[in-house]
Amino acid sequence: MSTTAKISLRNVHKGFGPKKVLQGVDLDVAPGESVAIIGGSGTGKSVTLKCVLGLLSPDQGSIKVDGVEMTTASQAERDAMLAKTGMLFQGAALFDSLTVWENVAFGLIEGQGMKPAKARDLAIARLEDVGLASDIANMSPASLSGGMQKRVGLARAIATEPEILFFDEPTTGIDPIMGDVINDLIVKCTRELGASAMTITHDMASARKIADRVAMLYQGKIIWDGPVADIDTSDNPYLQQFVAGDIEGPLELDLKHL
Amino acid sequence: MPIFAPVGHMFLTFLALVGRVTVFAGRTIGHMVTPPIYFRLIFKQMREIGYFSLPVVAMTTLFAGMVLALQSYSGFSRFSAESAVATVVVISMTRELGPVLAGLMVAGRVGAAIAAEIGTMRVTEQIDALVTLSTNPFKYLVVPRVIAGLITLPVLVLIGDIIGVMGGYLVGVNKLGFNDGSYIRNTFQYLEQLDVVSGLVKAAVFGFIITLMGCYHGYHSRGGAQGVGQATTNAVVSSSILILISNYIVTELFFTR
Repeated sequence: MSTTAKISLRNVHKGFGPKKVLQGVDLDVAPGESVAIIGGSGTGKSVTLKCVLGLLSPDQGSIKVDGVEMTTASQAERDAMLAKTGMLFQGAALFDSLTVWENVAFGLIEGQGMKPAKARDLAIARLEDVGLASDIANMSPASLSGGMQKRVGLARAIATEPEILFFDEPTTGIDPIMGDVINDLIVKCTRELGASAMTITHDMASARKIADRVAMLYQGKIIWDGPVADIDTSDNPYLQQFVAGDIEGPLELDLKHL
Repeated sequence: MPIFAPVGHMFLTFLALVGRVTVFAGRTIGHMVTPPIYFRLIFKQMREIGYFSLPVVAMTTLFAGMVLALQSYSGFSRFSAESAVATVVVISMTRELGPVLAGLMVAGRVGAAIAAEIGTMRVTEQIDALVTLSTNPFKYLVVPRVIAGLITLPVLVLIGDIIGVMGGYLVGVNKLGFNDGSYIRNTFQYLEQLDVVSGLVKAAVFGFIITLMGCYHGYHSRGGAQGVGQATTNAVVSSSILILISNYIVTELFFTR
């Protein structure tokens, strides 16, 4: 399994000063598989994602993408990895100095050196894929609603037809109906691309819809990992508490008292 | 000794900062000489940093030249050396006031804007997004600004020098009663090439400092709106102080033998 995995994390540790965030994360994502990492706020979901992308470097452990060790990778290997990935950020992270279509076409123009006229046509096609009309192409991202910004972010992430997609809290901060639209788009886009996907979320509805497999992160480790169909029948008390959203249970909440 | 602990801590923090800025500068210079170079962004930044700073620099140097003529006239008339006014104005402007005043004004205008823009990009994950889109943030954000600063500051200062000398001329001829021909002759009689060149070298150094500090503080800003505000303040304060320190160092390198 580990030799064929698209993404493979082994014993990944990461701390910030005295705070140990990741304490031995093991996780595999198979080609074409969609894995959701769930967990409460501050359990290190974002840190895990940033370690895979190379935005943070882990203190110890191994991260392999397509069998290439990323923790000791050269710049060229890292660039090659980034060239086949796309990422949707929590706040969309659109470049506000550029127009909507320039955002979507950014990876094509700057990353692949495509001619702007051709990239613009492709960008507009991508915008239509995520249900946005071409008349917003020349607008500034700041003038769009949150749901539209997320969809532009998704269009930007898929524009280069990546093999691996990362989604950071795709449904956070938008209304439930738009959240469902985003979930459907994510499923559709990953299927069409045949991409592997890694999503971090604390929205169970989103995880159920997007993921083939769910991994729960708690106190810096993956404490449960299984098919999405098993999350309701699992007898793992931590998972059950999280899925049900109970205050009572074994999870240590970061609260003094209620 | 609890009195010395904070002093030592501050000193170590300062040394760490110097180290980080040096590494940042080294990385920037490394990326300046390796492809890809975004010429389109360099031109855009030259317009932002250079062209749009012209009014501020022109106003500053105009009044600096005017007040310089007025002050040196009233001072020099005490020992009947009024004829030196034109020379004093041109040498002070080209060597000191042109570069330092333009540098400080641009530090306030441009350094703050750079730190705020890059800082906001940092806290809204736009810099991370650049990385995931196979674009090096140093090459895309830092290098164009630093190159634009290096090129445009000397040009701004040269224009400022001319406007400052003109300010001195206007006051000298219209208010202090100098003959216009002899004022201009006195301006150029004792002016040496090195006076102007040293001022332009200073300007290039200041341009590097302003853009580098703006980028550094923006790039490392943390913690939302407050962090960006802090980055802006730090960029302006640190570049202003570094301008004054490097001004002394460059002057000493040029004029003491």
